Amino acid sequence: MDMKQKLEALHEEARKKIMESGNLDKLNEVRVAYLGKKGELTAILKSMKDVAPEDRPKVGQLVNETRSRIEGLLENHKKALADAKREAQLKAEVIDVTLPAKKARIGHRHPNTIALEEVERIFVGMGYEVVEGPEVEYQDYNFTKLNIPEDHPARDEQDTFFINKEICLRSQTSPVQARTMEQGKLPIRMIAPGRVFRSDEVDATHSPSFHQIEGLVIDKNITFADLKGTLEEFAKELFGPETKTKFRPHHFPFTEPSAEVDVSCFKCGGKGCRFCKGSGWIEILGCGMVHPNVLRMCGIDPEEYTGFAFGVGLERIALLKYEIDDMRLLYENDIRFLNQF
Amino acid sequence: MNTSLSWIKMYVPDLDVTAQEYMDAMTLSGTKVEGYEILDADLDKIIIGQIEKIEKHPDADKLIVCQVNVGKETVQIVTGAPNVKEGDKIPVVLDGGRVAGGHDGKKTPGGIEIKKGKLRGVESCGMMCSIEELGSNREMYPEAPENGIYIFPEDAVVGESAVKALGLDDVVFEYEITSNRVDCYGVLGIAREAAATFNKKFHMPEVQETGNSEKAEDYIKVTVKDPELCPRYCARVVKNVKIGPSPKWMQRCLASNGIRPINNLVDITNYVMEEYGQPMHAYDLDTIEGREIIVRRADKNEKFVTLDGQEREMDDSVLMICDGEKAVGIAGIMGGENSMITDQVKTVLFEAACFNGTNIRLSSKKIGLRTDASGKFEKGLDPNNAQAAIDRACQLMEELGAGEVVGGIVDVCSETREPSRVKFEPEKINALLGTSLTKEEMLDYLNRVELSYDEETNEIVAPTFRQDIHCMADVAEEIVRFYGYDKVPTTLPTGEATTGKLSFKLRIEEIARDIAEYCGFSQGMTYSFESPKVFDKLLLPQDSPFRQAIPISNPLGEDYSIMRTISLNGMLTSLATNYNRRNKDVRLYELGNVYLPEELPLKELPDERMKFTLGMYGKGDFFEMKGVCEEFFEKVGMKDKFTYDPNSGKPFLHPGRQADIFYQGTVVGYLGEVHPVVAETYGIGEKTYVAVIDIPTVLEYASFSHKYTGIAKYPAVTRDLSMVVPKEVLAGQIEDILRQRGGKILESCSLFDIYEGSQIKNGYKSMAYSLVFRAHDKTLEESEINGAMKKILNGLTGLGIELRS
Repeated sequence: MDMKQKLEALHEEARKKIMESGNLDKLNEVRVAYLGKKGELTAILKSMKDVAPEDRPKVGQLVNETRSRIEGLLENHKKALADAKREAQLKAEVIDVTLPAKKARIGHRHPNTIALEEVERIFVGMGYEVVEGPEVEYQDYNFTKLNIPEDHPARDEQDTFFINKEICLRSQTSPVQARTMEQGKLPIRMIAPGRVFRSDEVDATHSPSFHQIEGLVIDKNITFADLKGTLEEFAKELFGPETKTKFRPHHFPFTEPSAEVDVSCFKCGGKGCRFCKGSGWIEILGCGMVHPNVLRMCGIDPEEYTGFAFGVGLERIALLKYEIDDMRLLYENDIRFLNQF
Repeated sequence: MNTSLSWIKMYVPDLDVTAQEYMDAMTLSGTKVEGYEILDADLDKIIIGQIEKIEKHPDADKLIVCQVNVGKETVQIVTGAPNVKEGDKIPVVLDGGRVAGGHDGKKTPGGIEIKKGKLRGVESCGMMCSIEELGSNREMYPEAPENGIYIFPEDAVVGESAVKALGLDDVVFEYEITSNRVDCYGVLGIAREAAATFNKKFHMPEVQETGNSEKAEDYIKVTVKDPELCPRYCARVVKNVKIGPSPKWMQRCLASNGIRPINNLVDITNYVMEEYGQPMHAYDLDTIEGREIIVRRADKNEKFVTLDGQEREMDDSVLMICDGEKAVGIAGIMGGENSMITDQVKTVLFEAACFNGTNIRLSSKKIGLRTDASGKFEKGLDPNNAQAAIDRACQLMEELGAGEVVGGIVDVCSETREPSRVKFEPEKINALLGTSLTKEEMLDYLNRVELSYDEETNEIVAPTFRQDIHCMADVAEEIVRFYGYDKVPTTLPTGEATTGKLSFKLRIEEIARDIAEYCGFSQGMTYSFESPKVFDKLLLPQDSPFRQAIPISNPLGEDYSIMRTISLNGMLTSLATNYNRRNKDVRLYELGNVYLPEELPLKELPDERMKFTLGMYGKGDFFEMKGVCEEFFEKVGMKDKFTYDPNSGKPFLHPGRQADIFYQGTVVGYLGEVHPVVAETYGIGEKTYVAVIDIPTVLEYASFSHKYTGIAKYPAVTRDLSMVVPKEVLAGQIEDILRQRGGKILESCSLFDIYEGSQIKNGYKSMAYSLVFRAHDKTLEESEINGAMKKILNGLTGLGIELRS
C-alpha cells in the first residue's frame, strides 16, 4: 500500500470516527487520536525519514493535505454539534405564551379626573389658563357679584349650604369668574375646575358634592359667535369630530344672552335611542355672554370689553362618556369600579 | 306648566303645526318644551253612537245586548256596563279600532285593539267606552259616571268623532319656564311666544267693561296696611251667583294643565290664573265681617285654619288677608276655611292682588305650604296685570251667566309700573352677537313680542309684563332667539394670544397622581363634609385642634354637618367599604381639601389645604408606604435627605409605627400604621397603613429646575461596616453619623442587613452598612478612606455601637 492509499484510508477512518462522535468530548478524543502529538498522522509524519528524499516533498504535501482535511471535518462536526445542542436547548425552553402576564400593579385614575384632564387638555390647547378658587366662599362672590341679588330664589336654602350670613359652600364654580375678573388682568381666557356643593340628597343622579368646570373669556370684541365656535370645537374634541351642537336659549342671572347646549347623542349619532331618551340630543352645559352687570361689578367696563362664560358638570361628562348609571359609584371608591378606568 | 295646543290656538288661530314642530321651534326660541302627550295617540275609530234597543243576553245575567246606531249603520254590541239605557249617546269603538286602556284606568302603551267577536255566543261588533278606556279619568271629566260607559249630552251628533266631542283630539305640552319669564307662567305669555316663533298674529282676549250700575265700593272697603308687601289689591263683586258646571271648553283647558274642573266660579278663577298668570281668590262676601278687607301682617304665633282644614301657625313676616274681625286668608298662599265658597254662595268677592314675591316665597316655606297661587306670586308679578285679570274674570262670569257683575272696582294701588326703556344700538347688538342684522330685521323680531320702538328717543320700550328687559344685552337676546341661535355664525375669539397652562400646584398634583398610580394606588374621591363623630372614631382628644371644624348651618344631616379638618375619615371609610366587599390588597389615594378655620365662628374664609392622602391594606408595609412618599418627593424635586420623627403623637396611629416626615426642618406630612382600635372601629380587619402629605408645604420646597452632574470618572472603593447596635439606636441616627463623618468622599451608604435574634446579645441588634467612597477629581488614596472610616467609627462608638469582628 503506497502512502497515498494509506493516507486515504486514514482519512476515511478519521471521518467515520468524527461522524460517530456525539459530543464535544468524544470529538476531542478523535482529534487527539489523529492529529495529536501521539496521533496517527503525526506518526506518519515522523516516518518520513523512511521515504526517499526525492519523494519527500510530495508525500509531505499529501500528509498536510490530509491533516487539513481532517481538521476541516473536525471543525464542521464541532459546529454541527454546537448547533444541535443549541437546537435542543431552544426546544427544551419552549414556554406557554398564553400563561397570564405579570403586570406591575399600577393604580387607576378616577373617572372624574380622566374626564377633567381631557377637558383641560382641550382648553389649555386653546390658550386657557387653569385656575382655582376657594370651595368655602363668600356669598358675595357666589351670588351678588354674579348678578344674583339678595332676594333671588337661587339663594334659597333648598340649594345652597350656608355657613353663616356671609359665607357658604360655593354652589357653582362661577365665583372664580368674579375673582379672576377682579384681578384686573386682561384679556382673560381661563377654566376653573372644582368641587361645588348643593343640598341634594344622595341618589343615582344627585350628590351633595360634585364638580364643575367654569370657563371664562374676556377681551375686546368677543361675540356670541365666538362662544358658539369655541364650544362646538370643544364638543368635537371631547365627543368626536362627528358631534353636532345645538344652542337653546336659556336663562342664567350672570349671562345675557344665555344658552343651554345639547350635543348630538354619541351613542346613536342623533337617531334617537334609550340613552338620549329618543331625542337624539344630550344636554351638556350652560353658557352665555357675561352680563354687563357682572362685568361692571368686577371692575371691567362693559362698553369696552365683552366676554363669554360657560359651566360644565364634570360628573355629567364622566357618567355620559363611560355610561355609568349611578352617581353614587363615583364616591364609594370600590376598587372593582375604579380599576375599570 | 302645561298647555294644550288648542288653548294656544285660542289666541293664535293661524297656528298650524305638528306637535313635534311646535316643540322644536318653541324650544329653540326660548320656551323650552320638555315633552308632549298626544291625547288620542292610542285612540282609533271611536265615534258617537246611540243605543236604540237593549235586550237581555240569553246566556249571561250580567250582560246585555245593545243595538247601537253609529251613523251609517246599526251594530250589535254586548256589554256588561250597568249604566246604559235606550236612547243614550255613547262613545263606541268600532271593529278594528283602538282604545287607550282598561276601564280600571291602566293605560296600555300603544293601545288595545278591539275586534269583532262573540261574548257568550252572541256577536259583538265593537265596544262602548268608559272615560278611562279613552285614556282620561273622572277627575278631568267630572260628569262621567263611576264604573260605567261615558254618556254624551243629548245634543251630541251620532256618527261624529267621539274623540273630538270629548276634546281628546289635542296635544298637551309640558314646558320648563325660566325664572326670568314671569309672563310665561300664564298661557297668554306662552301663546305670545308661539305667535312670535311662528310669525303669526297674536290675539289677546278682548275684555269689555262689565258690571251693572252699582258700585263695588258700596259693597267692600279695602285697606292695605303694608303696601310694601302688597303693592296692589283689586277687588270686584259679583252678586246673584248661580253655581253650576263650567263649559266644556273651559274644563278641557284646565284639565290640560292638570286642574280638576269643579264649578263655574272656581273654574273661572283657575282659568284666569292660568290664562293671565295672575292668581285670583273668591270669597263669599256674606262671610266677610264688616264688608271690609284689611291686608296686614300676621301676629306672632297667630293660628289660622286654611281651606284644606289644617291649622297653621304664622309669624309676623306673613301677610294676612282679614275682614273687620278676623283673618280670612293667607295672602297669596291659601284662603281660609271660614270664608270658603259653598254652593249656597250668593255674592262673591273677587280678589286679584300683587304681593311681594320674596315674602310669599319665604312665607310659603315657613308655613310649609306651597300652592299654585304661591308658586306664581313668588316669581314677582306685574301689578298692572291684576286689574286685567279681575276684569277678565268678571267678563267670564257674565258671559257664562254665573252671576251679575257689580260695576266698578276697588283698587288700592301703591306701585304703578312703567314700561322699561333701553337705548336701541343696532351696531352694538351686532357686535355682541357676531351677526350683521339690519335695524329693520331687529325691530321686526322685537315687535313680535310687543317690544316697540320709540323713534323720537331711539329707545326700545318693553311692556310691563316683561320684567326681564333692562339693558342692551337683554334686547340682543330677544332679537337673537327669534333670528335663531342656530343661524349665528361660529367663529373663534381673535385678539391677543394667551398661554394655556396649569398652575404650579396643579402640576404638582398631577405628579402626585402619577406616582400614586405607579405605586398601585387608585384614586378615590370622598365628601368634604362629614360627621363630628369622626373625631371620636379617630381617638382625638377633646382639646385636639382637629376638632375645630366649621359647622354647616343647614346640613343634609349630622353625618354631613361639618367641614373636614382631617382627610383620614374619608380614606378609612373607603378602605372599609372595600374590606366589607372582600376586595383584597386595596390601595387608594385622594387629593382633597381640608378646611381649617382661623377662628370659630367663622369670620374669614378658612385655610383650604390640599392633602395627598394614601391608604392601603393587604400587601405592603410601613416601609413600602414610606417609599411611595419618597418617590413623590423626589419626583417634585425635593432631593435632600428626609428625616422621620417617630414621636409624632398621632392618636389614630399605632404608637410604635408612626412618624412625622421632615424636610429641611419642616413637617411635610406623616405616615404610619392605623391604630388597631381605629381600624376595628372602621371595620378593617387587616393592618392598614396611611400617609398624609400636605401639598401647600410641598409647594414651598418643590421645584422643577434640575441640573445634570457628571458621571464619576474615578473608581469607587467599597467598605462594609458590620456592627452590633443597642436596640434603641435608630437607623437614622447611624446614617446621620455616617454622612457627617464620612465627609464629601462618602458617596453613599446603604443598609444591607439587619438582624435581631439568638446570636446577638440581648438588647442589641446587628446591622450592616455598605459604604461607597469616591472623589470626583482623583483616585482616592487608601489613607484618605482609612481616615474617614476612623472618624465614623469614633462617632459610632459614642452611640454604644460595637464593630463585629
